[in-house]
Amino acid sequence: MIPHPDPTQETLVLNMGPQHPSTHGVLRVLLKMDGEYVIEAEPVLGYGHRMHEKMGEVRSHNGFYANVGRMDYGGALSFAHGHVLAVERLSDIQVPERAEYIRVITTELNRVASHLLWIGAFLLDLGAFTPILYSFDDREIALDLLEHVTGARITFSYFRVGGVCNDIDEQFIEGTKKFIKRMRERIPMFHKLVTGNIIFRKRVEGIGIIDRDMALRYGVTGPMIRGSGIPYDIRKVEPYSVYPEFDFDIPTYDEGDCMARHKVRMDEIEQSLRIIEQGLEKLPDGPVMMEKVPKKVKSGPGDTFMSVEAARGELCYYLATDGTDTPYRMKIRSPSYSNLSILKEVTSGILLSDLVAVMGSMDLVIPEIDR
Amino acid sequence: MVVIRTLIPLLKGLAFTIKHLFVKPITYQYPEQRREVSERWRGLHRLKMDDGRLLCVACGLCEAVCPADVITVERTETEDGRSFPSRFDVEVTRCIFCGYCQEACPKDAIELTRNYDFCEYTREEFNLNRDQLAKIEEA
Repeated sequence: MIPHPDPTQETLVLNMGPQHPSTHGVLRVLLKMDGEYVIEAEPVLGYGHRMHEKMGEVRSHNGFYANVGRMDYGGALSFAHGHVLAVERLSDIQVPERAEYIRVITTELNRVASHLLWIGAFLLDLGAFTPILYSFDDREIALDLLEHVTGARITFSYFRVGGVCNDIDEQFIEGTKKFIKRMRERIPMFHKLVTGNIIFRKRVEGIGIIDRDMALRYGVTGPMIRGSGIPYDIRKVEPYSVYPEFDFDIPTYDEGDCMARHKVRMDEIEQSLRIIEQGLEKLPDGPVMMEKVPKKVKSGPGDTFMSVEAARGELCYYLATDGTDTPYRMKIRSPSYSNLSILKEVTSGILLSDLVAVMGSMDLVIPEIDR
Repeated sequence: MVVIRTLIPLLKGLAFTIKHLFVKPITYQYPEQRREVSERWRGLHRLKMDDGRLLCVACGLCEAVCPADVITVERTETEDGRSFPSRFDVEVTRCIFCGYCQEACPKDAIELTRNYDFCEYTREEFNLNRDQLAKIEEA
């Protein structure tokens, strides 16, 4: 694991992390460097490992559900959505339509909040301090809205197998409409302030290029693969929940550099706002929880696979059960883990400061990588 | 030329920042000024009382549903045959505030209050027992 460089070649081994601000958590990157150039970057994982998959095998479906939000603190609701859909598919539970609409609306709102967090953190990595204050200003409104409905700001625990635990109210709907209007005014501001900024452009344009072939080889998903020109989004290619009812686009850019990934995420905010807007318009009446929810969600022996589009890419749950309410095996494919695997190839031969830009553009969430 | 091209966006950004000097601040001056949290906020636990008696009947559903296993309930009976918790402990430091206990409770006896800032000096002080939980006020 630890490289032993030839001393005559004057290479330097540098530990970036585990406590490094631009790794957004406890990720350690072993760098073999020649001067300021990175020869090899090797991510070392496991500092934040909490055995989530094993916990899924000792707790019941409902008991484990409280865990899923802890994996991805940025977009906890997408993780929750995947889990409840997997359990519902496993045990043939039909969810009321209103509940499914509420799930989509809140998940998309959470996706907007997650992307806003990313913009702030990414620019912070690049040395721009101010944008995080503006993006957090907007994110705060989204989190306040989610707090009003779910009762928490990060770890929502809002969905249940069979529906959602609380209905949304008029105040949430009004607030969300205001938020959409506000975000539509703010996105051009971000473009003016950040995307068009020459300093920012010099830092990210042509840096960390991932071509189509490389992206496919590594199984990169989410905004990263869409930044390489492949319109791969689970919401379109393998529609789940009520997403087929909505009219939205998958933004793609062909360049494959950090700038393309930035643009994809900026455009995705607008697409998420479109989904929320349509969702609030079409929101059907009815119950938000199925009648007679079983206390113990049981199913026959079997297995199921469910993939959803989380804020960072494709998230998959594989559940195998032997007929009890506790899964026999739970496997989670988290998006950042696969996205990080590309780091070694994409960063060989680039500057150290560009490595930070590449890692920032990946939108890494370490608890989700380590699980 | 490059200098000017670099300077203009810098100045534009600076102008934007200066404009924000005259906008109402979005931050809270925390200890003096407290943020109103939502009605559904899941904070510190509390056992509800009615006429000086606990509503809890020690059925143990909250204990069963708790994913973090922080609740311990022991049941006893009063002389007139009413069920009553002789022990009701919550280890608050290990609680994950999912809110399952208040959802599971058939008597609506346990609730998560809007109290979001609680701190103690030792871990032991966070192991709340029945009487401490009953004393916590609705925030």
